[in-house]
Amino acid sequence: MVRALFPIVFFIVLAGFLYAGLYKDPSLVPSPLIGKPVPTFAASALRDPERLVTNKELLGDYALVNVWATWCVACKQEHAALVYLANEKNIPIYGLNYKDDREAAILWLQQYGDPYVFSVFDDTGRIGIDFGVYGAPETFLIDKQGIIRHKLVGIMTPEIWEAQFVSIMKNQAIASTQ
Amino acid sequence: MIPEIGQFALIIALCLAIAQSTIPLWGAHTNNINWMSVGRTAAFGQFLFILVSYICLTYSFVVSDFSVLYVAGNSNTNLPFYYKISAVWGAHEGSLLLWVLTLAAWGFAVSIFSKSLPEDILARVLAVMGMISIGFLLFTLLTSNPFDRLFPAAVEGRDLNPLLQDPGLIIHPPLLYMGYVGFSVAFAFAVAALLTGKLDSAWVRWSRPWANAAWVFLTLGIALGSWWAYQELGWGGWWFWDPVENASFMPWLVGTALIHSLAVTEKRSAFKSWTVLLSIMAFSLSLLGTFLVRSGVLVSVHSFASDPARGLYILIFLAIVVGSSLSLYAWRATQFKSTGNFDVVSKETMLLINNVLLIVAMLTILIGTLYPLFLDALSLPKLSVGPPYFDAVFVPLMLPLILLMGIGPIAKWRKVTFKELFDKLKFIFLIAFALGIILPLAIYGNATIMTMIGIAAACWAILTSFYALARIVKKRDASTSLFKAISKIPVAMMGMAVAHIGIGVFILGVVFTSSFSTEKEIAVKFGEPVELAGYTFRLQNVTPVKGPNYDAARGHVYVTKNDEPVVVLYPEKRVYEVQRNPMTEASIQSTAFRDLYVALGEAVSQNEWGLRVYYRPFVQWIWMGTLLMAIGGILGAMDKRYRPQKSKVTVSSKSSLVVDKI
Repeated sequence: MVRALFPIVFFIVLAGFLYAGLYKDPSLVPSPLIGKPVPTFAASALRDPERLVTNKELLGDYALVNVWATWCVACKQEHAALVYLANEKNIPIYGLNYKDDREAAILWLQQYGDPYVFSVFDDTGRIGIDFGVYGAPETFLIDKQGIIRHKLVGIMTPEIWEAQFVSIMKNQAIASTQ
Repeated sequence: MIPEIGQFALIIALCLAIAQSTIPLWGAHTNNINWMSVGRTAAFGQFLFILVSYICLTYSFVVSDFSVLYVAGNSNTNLPFYYKISAVWGAHEGSLLLWVLTLAAWGFAVSIFSKSLPEDILARVLAVMGMISIGFLLFTLLTSNPFDRLFPAAVEGRDLNPLLQDPGLIIHPPLLYMGYVGFSVAFAFAVAALLTGKLDSAWVRWSRPWANAAWVFLTLGIALGSWWAYQELGWGGWWFWDPVENASFMPWLVGTALIHSLAVTEKRSAFKSWTVLLSIMAFSLSLLGTFLVRSGVLVSVHSFASDPARGLYILIFLAIVVGSSLSLYAWRATQFKSTGNFDVVSKETMLLINNVLLIVAMLTILIGTLYPLFLDALSLPKLSVGPPYFDAVFVPLMLPLILLMGIGPIAKWRKVTFKELFDKLKFIFLIAFALGIILPLAIYGNATIMTMIGIAAACWAILTSFYALARIVKKRDASTSLFKAISKIPVAMMGMAVAHIGIGVFILGVVFTSSFSTEKEIAVKFGEPVELAGYTFRLQNVTPVKGPNYDAARGHVYVTKNDEPVVVLYPEKRVYEVQRNPMTEASIQSTAFRDLYVALGEAVSQNEWGLRVYYRPFVQWIWMGTLLMAIGGILGAMDKRYRPQKSKVTVSSKSSLVVDKI
């Protein structure tokens, strides 16, 4: 009699896990880079090919690194939010122009506005690999020491900014005063 | 208008399903023959109305009625006609309609082919199938209505996912669903047995051909899916241990266990409650597969648009169906007394080990597939489980299974001695062992131990199956000719041998392909030779091609061997007009012993392209093997003792056969 109960018990446990799984996002992969310094790079700036920019230039303040490209439709959707954050929230945003065409990218910034302090031109995607990029747009939050604190895969909005990024910066500020 | 008729027909089908699931059950309970016979009529009516509904949706696709949301999302005026028909099951809503149509078709088939079944059993079986149907019809109507309108109508449709625009995909889902859903019949029989508390060999004879039929469809469906992945994904692989592949493989493993366990229950009246449990499990795993694919709890290339509301619905439905049947099992299963005694060394024991191994294999796949989900639910660090895990756990389980596969068919029921088996099989064992060493060395000049073991196992499976047949033929009287003796082999016995030979052929394909495949992925200039496995590939040119609904770059790859031309392959890189994502269309030349497989990569410059070239020895044997398995399954279901009029006679005569079929 007890043996005949095994299948149903097994199934109930399984169903519990399946239920829990319904409300989790399986494609949400936490970046292994969180808590690590920004990968080193040295590349030409998008709008000024002569100028060499490196990871050192990102240090000094909380900043965002935004991975974008003109071929990326979702990037166009989030662009206005980035311009808003740069202008209204005074957060420096650095662009990583990922596997893109330089002329098209410059034209895009002229057309839609340029929220970026500068954009790193990563036409081969080599820097993107170091950042663990697997699809544009992605946005990283880095702190004053250049440590990556958060990663957003997908479109940035003012709501996500408040909910995810601001709270992390606040918690960090509280932690550092203690 | 037409879509509304379709939806209305679906609602009528739901009403009929409700009638089918209640009235016959009450009739069986109160022994009212008129009420019981409602089941047959309702099963026919349900099938008819779902068919009408299905035809309405197909019609909407054919005439490109983009005022239907589902059609607008999955079709396009430029889509070729045959893909418009198959686009009906190209996404969640339509494929669900196909699911219910398949279920209704099985119910209808049961109602017409089970003339010999006692009325009350048929009533209960049809009632259970009606209940399943209610669940899926409600699911369709409430969460996934394919007839929802789009207002204003779209001017043009968003086209069928280009990945699905492949001949293999036209028949893969229907076959797979026939298999998945087919296990609902064995499930319904099992529940009916639990309800009445009666499980005799007559019950097994009714339920066995249905389990076999479902298994055949599932085998073919999985094989076609694998064949499609090989053709269409452009990576030369044929099995990826993807969660959805696993979802179809788990019921297959349990179904395989079931058709063997049914043999023991029929012949020896043993394993009764185990057989019932397997019947429940096979269908439960089909439902689990449906849940995994449509709820978005796992990441997979197959996932339909995921939606927690749908996921929750299927989960509740799963909980009701599986929960209630397993509860019923816990309550009633102990009533089934298995009477057939058997020795530690006997055919029964071997089939028991076979079942244990298959179920353990299923559980390892279940754990591997759901492991990311378990970790996530327990908030542990994420990790994914990939092919290395499955290869490492699956292969060691299969080796003893194949060893048993050779011994089981010639072992006697009840009691057999090791010595007897050893005497009969030692030569075959040695020959298989020798072939395992010689074959790969003779063909390729090198081999690892694992390759040799794999080949030996395949040869063992094939040789022992022939031996099992030869033993019957040898027993003929002097007056019977050889040909006549062969034709006298019982059909089910033949089926078993063919299916087992199929396994051997399949293993040969798998082992040779995985051991001796070679490939190159490089950028080549036009005319530059690529050497691979003795063949020379030259990409001579890439030309633009216009398809019905895509633009393609077509590579012209000339293949030569020792300066003799072999074939010209035309791999394509397609960009479909609507969805814009580039698709790789590999070009393959298959022969019995090897495939040459070429896929076009990205353009590096005007006259330099990326090229992926694969040499795949024996890869077609994989699908030939599965085809043989399916043929074996069909033969097994065709045995004349399953035909009502003669069943009595054959039951008594077959016990005289020394070599019995499984």
